[in-house]
Amino acid sequence: MHPAPSVIIFTSLSGLGFGLLFWLGLGQPAPTGWVGFGFFFIAYALAVGGLMASAFHLGHPERALKAFTQWRSSWLSREAVAAVATLVTMGIYAALLVFAGIHVAPLGWIGAVGCLATVLTTSMIYAQMKTVPRWRHWSTPALFLALSLGGGALLSNNGWAALVLLTVAAVLQLVAWFTGDTRLARSGTDIGTATGLGGRGAVRQFEPPHTGTNYLLREFVHVVGRRHAQSLRVISFGLAFVLPVLVLALGLTHVTAAIAVLSHLAGVFALRWLFFAQAEHVVGFYYDKR
Amino acid sequence: MPKDQPDLDLSPKVSDEIRKTTCYMCACRCGIDVHMKDGPDGKKQVAYIEGNRDHPVNQGVLCAKGSAGIMQHNSPARLRKPLRRTGPRGSGEFEEISWEEALQTATDWLKPIRETDPKKLAFFTGRDQSQSFTGLWAQSYGTPNYAAHGGFCSVNMAAAGIYTMGGAFWEFGQPDWDHTKLFMLFGVAEDHDSNPIKMGIGKIKARGAKMIGVNPIRTGYNAVADDWVGIRPGSDGLFILSLIHCLFKAGKLDLSYLAQFTNASVLVDEDPKSEDRGLFLRDADGQPQVIDRRTGHLAPWNGEGVEPDLAATYRHKGVTHRPVFHLMADKYLSDEYAPETVAPLCGLTPQRIHQIAAELARVAFEQEIRLDRPWTDFRGKRHEQMIGRPVSMHAMRGISAHSNGFQTCRALHVLQIILGTVEVPGGMRFKPPYPKPATAHPKPHSGVRPGEPLDGPHLGYPQGPADLCLDDAGDPVRIDKAFSWENPLSAHGMMHMVISNAHAGTPYKIDTLFMYMANMAWNSSMNTTGVTQMLTDTDANGDYVIPHIIYSDSYSSEMVAYADLILPDTTYLERHDCISLLDRPICEADAVADAIRWPVVEPDRDVRGFQSVLCELGARLDLPAFVNADGGQKYADYADYITHHIRRPGIGPLAGWRTGEKGLQHGRGEPNEAQIDQYIKNGGFWIEHVPEDCAYYKPFNTAYQDWAVKMGFYDVEQPYIFQLYVEPLRRFQAAAEGIGHRQPPEHLRERLKRVMDPLPIWYAPLEDGYADPTEFPLHALTQRPMAMYHSWGSQNAWLRQIHGVNPLFLPTKVWEANGFKPGDWAQVTSAHGAITVPVAHQASLNPDTVWTWNAIGKRKGAWALSKDAPEATKGFLLNHLIHELLPGGDDGLRYANSDPITGQAAWFDLRVKIEKTPPPDEVKPSLPSQTSPVGQGPKTLTWKIGK
Amino acid sequence: MTSLPSHTDKKLGLVIDLDTCVGCHACVIACKGWNTENYGAPLADTDAYGAKPEGSFLNRVHSYEVQPETGAAQLVHFPKSCLHCDDAPCVTVCPTGASYKRVEDGIVLVNETDCIGCGLCAWACPYGAREMDPVEQVMKKCTLCVDRIYNENIPEVDRQPACVRTCPAGARHFGDLADPNSAVSQLVAERGGMDLMPEQGTKPVNKYLPPRPKDEVPEFDVLGPYLEPVAETGTGFVAWLDKTLSALPGGAK
Ligand SMILES: Nc1nc2c(c(=O)[nH]1)N[C@H]1C(S)=C(S)[C@@H](COP(=O)(O)OP(=O)(O)OC[C@H]3O[C@@H](n4cnc5c(=O)[nH]c(N)nc54)[C@H](O)[C@@H]3O)O[C@H]1N2
Ligand SMILES: Nc1nc2c(c(=O)[nH]1)N[C@H]1C(S)=C(S)[C@@H](COP(=O)(O)OP(=O)(O)OC[C@H]3O[C@@H](n4cnc5c(=O)[nH]c(N)nc54)[C@H](O)[C@@H]3O)O[C@H]1N2
Ligand code: SF4
Ligand code: SF4
Ligand code: SF4
Ligand code: SF4
Ligand code: SF4
Ligand SMILES: [Mo]
Repeated sequence: MHPAPSVIIFTSLSGLGFGLLFWLGLGQPAPTGWVGFGFFFIAYALAVGGLMASAFHLGHPERALKAFTQWRSSWLSREAVAAVATLVTMGIYAALLVFAGIHVAPLGWIGAVGCLATVLTTSMIYAQMKTVPRWRHWSTPALFLALSLGGGALLSNNGWAALVLLTVAAVLQLVAWFTGDTRLARSGTDIGTATGLGGRGAVRQFEPPHTGTNYLLREFVHVVGRRHAQSLRVISFGLAFVLPVLVLALGLTHVTAAIAVLSHLAGVFALRWLFFAQAEHVVGFYYDKR
Repeated sequence: MPKDQPDLDLSPKVSDEIRKTTCYMCACRCGIDVHMKDGPDGKKQVAYIEGNRDHPVNQGVLCAKGSAGIMQHNSPARLRKPLRRTGPRGSGEFEEISWEEALQTATDWLKPIRETDPKKLAFFTGRDQSQSFTGLWAQSYGTPNYAAHGGFCSVNMAAAGIYTMGGAFWEFGQPDWDHTKLFMLFGVAEDHDSNPIKMGIGKIKARGAKMIGVNPIRTGYNAVADDWVGIRPGSDGLFILSLIHCLFKAGKLDLSYLAQFTNASVLVDEDPKSEDRGLFLRDADGQPQVIDRRTGHLAPWNGEGVEPDLAATYRHKGVTHRPVFHLMADKYLSDEYAPETVAPLCGLTPQRIHQIAAELARVAFEQEIRLDRPWTDFRGKRHEQMIGRPVSMHAMRGISAHSNGFQTCRALHVLQIILGTVEVPGGMRFKPPYPKPATAHPKPHSGVRPGEPLDGPHLGYPQGPADLCLDDAGDPVRIDKAFSWENPLSAHGMMHMVISNAHAGTPYKIDTLFMYMANMAWNSSMNTTGVTQMLTDTDANGDYVIPHIIYSDSYSSEMVAYADLILPDTTYLERHDCISLLDRPICEADAVADAIRWPVVEPDRDVRGFQSVLCELGARLDLPAFVNADGGQKYADYADYITHHIRRPGIGPLAGWRTGEKGLQHGRGEPNEAQIDQYIKNGGFWIEHVPEDCAYYKPFNTAYQDWAVKMGFYDVEQPYIFQLYVEPLRRFQAAAEGIGHRQPPEHLRERLKRVMDPLPIWYAPLEDGYADPTEFPLHALTQRPMAMYHSWGSQNAWLRQIHGVNPLFLPTKVWEANGFKPGDWAQVTSAHGAITVPVAHQASLNPDTVWTWNAIGKRKGAWALSKDAPEATKGFLLNHLIHELLPGGDDGLRYANSDPITGQAAWFDLRVKIEKTPPPDEVKPSLPSQTSPVGQGPKTLTWKIGK
Repeated sequence: MTSLPSHTDKKLGLVIDLDTCVGCHACVIACKGWNTENYGAPLADTDAYGAKPEGSFLNRVHSYEVQPETGAAQLVHFPKSCLHCDDAPCVTVCPTGASYKRVEDGIVLVNETDCIGCGLCAWACPYGAREMDPVEQVMKKCTLCVDRIYNENIPEVDRQPACVRTCPAGARHFGDLADPNSAVSQLVAERGGMDLMPEQGTKPVNKYLPPRPKDEVPEFDVLGPYLEPVAETGTGFVAWLDKTLSALPGGAK
């Protein structure tokens, strides 16, 4: 899949943002005044910024409101609804906390559940895609949630939680990679089933239907070199998990926390790039590419 | 249940008006419905084009090019105004001038040479659909130097067909799609009859009939064939003769058909002392003789009630004269043609050849069709039924564009005929006004007189050396050397030799090269780089070797850049045209038909239909056919010509709705002022069905012959029999043996003796004799892409997305031996030159063949494309590797790279070798960019005429 | 509306005959022409005369090579447009309801005025049947020529998709696949019509007729009855000829 910057930014930032909001909603911490403002500002900047970035992905952002209508069937619509409901709920919670110093814990819990729901719905946009076998797996929502909560924990200074969650996320990431790498091959879909010609012999593309590129090729057929991908995996894994976990294990200072956060953020961006770039859409079979 | 769905308008208005005309995106000439809508400026514009359901050719279907006509019509590459060259030739630098200036310039160049030496004009017209008109113009001008593109296209097919059976495949014959049970297709990727062939294949597929594709490459038609014979290029003749061998050996021959309807029974003079040896025994009236089975005596082939005997011989003055059939048996039973001998040369197994021969025999003789349609033949014999052998064949350039193509095409016709499958139900059928024997066609004319018309039509079918176009010294009269000893039967001329000969000054220098719709600086030429150099070459004085070049094109092609004066044509939707029975008609086997084009939109540029321009230029030059008695312009424009021109009494360009004594009639008649309107009302065409009792056996069928005379195809009945043995060939062979007073030059004797065999033979493609097969082990071919038309498709924004680059396809053997990977490039070298191009792999390909799509490559700056267009950076022409002359042989002479009989350009004889190279920035050779006289096309297209 | 109808009485769709398709791209361009002028925004092209032309098309023709275990490689031309799936994932993922499956006939459409151009439906489609228009930025897909097949402004014979009407080889068939008696259903039954990627569970309405077997060795013995020699040489042949001709009606010389 095409690793579009807008979707990478969207999923990474909003994941962190909702992760942070989650912890804030749980009241871990429940800061007030300027400190509270700071926390919530960061959380909203990440969550809303991410959502806005996703709007850049749209051909017609001015019609974005229509995306709230199909929550009964569409995960994207559900995500929109969940995100807005959560942001509103958390907005009220935050306003009361920051400006009035009133901590309405149940409202925060509802918000926290909303955060989970939002991240889950985001992940389900991908996990539902039968067309992308690498994504269609329980590890996709699990990883999205673990990363979001782990990153949120890191940002919200919940050291132990962050340590645990990022370790879990790291394991999940490894599971996602190891099982994901063969999932396309195991999916039962190949150029033979795509063309219905598989029973007659080995099928290969002779000529593509057009000599230039098109939307499908740009959007769905992105080939990353294997060596390149392996090294990027190592780097992103180190940045997203190993370094932050080491720092967490050694104990946080302002400086190390900043390093951990920045490292994690960079790592998540790289992971997301890989998440898209390495995802093979079955339509690639029609072009004999993946 | 879903709640609401949007309300759709399920019956939107498709258009305000439908205008019916004829497509021009190829020579198939399908009928189109042009849907017009009011555009933003209130003017009617073309909104959508679809096939005309009532049209005989396409019956509603339309190919990709036809449907993309709207993009062609609106192409940014359209020329806008007459142009005069300002920069050097090839630069593309021009200034716009008025039509008055343009016509005056042309007159100033052409008038003086007409008065002194009309030969100094070479007028050649490419893929002209108005040859009977342009030919008339050239004849009236008086130059012998006229032809269209047929000589480099498929003259082998046309000439072999005409000489053998009075009609060819090409557009002149087609399988009986409704009855055939076994269809064999040789060397066709697309053909002129594009839509009808596809429709036909669809029909036989729907019936579950069998199709065999003989082609080194398995794409397109050959991909859907049930059986693929991946033959080695240039060897079809051998393969076919081997099938003939098998059928002779097994006696699987239609003896009754052969005896009655072919010259198998005609007696050949075998007197070794006679000057007539090898010619037919003739009676005092000159009629070839057969033995009549009723009497056992000699009789003319066409005598009333005669039953020609296939077996009987005639002994006279101690010499036995035998029928053609005996000679055939002698020849084809030879082991030279046994499957075991030929299979390795053809890249096949003997088993495969046996299999196909058996299949042919089985279907022809076990699945006979009998239609209860009584008919009477020209000997007066009544046949109660029309008997058919449902084997049909079709072939095109794959067998004709080789230097052994004429004889290969002949072999194929002989194969069809011995199976009794021509003009019978289930076999191959002619489209009126064919069949028409070679003798009913004109002979070539080249009588030049200053200031006067030529002594007759330029092109035709020589019957012997006497008909060649030679001067008193025996040298060629024509600039292309057509109808000379080098290529005696060059029935369509040799356009591919014009520039090269004119540049070399052999046989003489010319003054003006006048061309119409032929991209001679690109795809229509062999040796493209060399040809562009000839066009730009200067003499010691710094003058161009070819002093004047006038060219008519509609678009900013490569050739435009090499002309001095451009006469911009309209697009096909903006002018009158006629697709005439005098030319290449649109008939189908069951119907005679012709058609028009008419301006369904007015040009928005200062351009004029080329034929109308010729009407005016002809008048300015005082050409007799184009001026009235008072010296005024005879035809105001082409529409006027179409309506009023009389070719023979009662015969004009269009056969429909002529004026008769009792009102309008078809076929013959006087001009009708409203004729074009009648055509428009009828959907742009006229059609008349062949009566049922005339549908088959046409050359022999008296009912058909009568009908043909009534329709005006010819003026008297002319039944004939198929010429398995072609006597005119023997006359040339005899001359080479020293018989007769018109003698070939010494250096051509041996070649003529060998190739002018009156019975089909096979010889290796000539290039094989020059290019070392070990050094150049691979055959290199091109194929027409179905969705592109030659050089002119790339200006089409839709089509160029399908074919924007063309890799060279390599067979598995070559792919693996060189370790190629997708995305790799290779240097391809022939005896003549080298190119560097992208490669791709194909398994379903003859292991000794490489190929590419034809004419995707474009010169930078042409066709209003950007200079970095893929067509210019990755697309390539194979033509750079093909020379118009064969490499020099031992005699130091260089012959045209053409069939030695017809002059057909041997595009497919090319041999190459391949080496892997690191990918360059772009294909090589890369010619410098030309300046576009029309700028570059727009960035974005959002085409919609309606609201 | 994004939910799929639980049932459609008709299942209009195409049957594409891979045994007959010659790969001419006529259907591609007829489709482009019709749908540029009709349903929704024109199908745009960017860099139309430049280095990287790219336009939206609703139908494209691929080609594949198949190498059987024994025998020559085969080539198959393969047209592909929306299959109007019964279980269309492209519809259910759509957040706006722009994508929908018509209750009347099962045609899957995009209501362009509702489409936000998120591209998700194209992600969900396994077949690559949807393309974002490069200019209008709304999702484009085969409409099954819904504005032709019921159109009362065109003659009844023409009320079929543009691609079907134009296909020169007659490789495309249009009809109701819910009706077992329809011509298309019968073709599917006779020729073993197949689904593409059945494992994706989309239940395509469009069916593909597989290529017939190729390059089969004939069942009869090739040298047997048909090529039994009657002669090996010219002289032998003439003898055979004499004998055969005298046996023909009116034969005796
Ligand atoms: N779409 C489209 N249609 C066209 C044209 C076009 O440019 N585009 N051009 C028109 C013109 S001008 C012409 S002349 C016709 C030509 O139409 P075709 O006769 O179909 O010509 P080509 O495309 O050159 O294809 C030649 C075929 O012969 C095969 N071949 C080559 N050598 C041999 C051989 O030795 N033996 C056998 N058996 N096969 C061989 C090649 O593989 C190829 O398939 O098409 C006309 N129609
Ligand atoms: N390697 C290789 N080369 C080949 C062949 C091959 O098989 N292999 N085939 C050969 C054959 S058979 C052919 S026919 C040639 C054809 O080759 P081309 O000469 O490329 O033929 P066209 O594309 O018909 O283009 C001729 C010119 O006609 C112009 N034109 C188009 N419409 C009109 C019009 O309405 N009026 C006027 N005045 N001009 C117009 C076009 O713009 C173009 O410049 O290619 C030959 N070249
Ligand atoms: S075959 Fe295609 S391009 Fe040729 S005339 Fe017919 S529709 Fe036009
Ligand atoms: S083919 Fe693709 S776009 Fe069409 S209905 Fe099926 S899933 Fe949707
Ligand atoms: S691109 Fe349009 S039709 Fe497709 S899912 Fe998004 S909103 Fe729906
Ligand atoms: S049915 Fe209509 S929209 Fe669909 S592919 Fe055919 S022409 Fe295009
Ligand atoms: S128009 Fe018909 S034959 Fe041509 S590519 Fe389309 S389906 Fe195949
Ligand atoms: Mo041609």
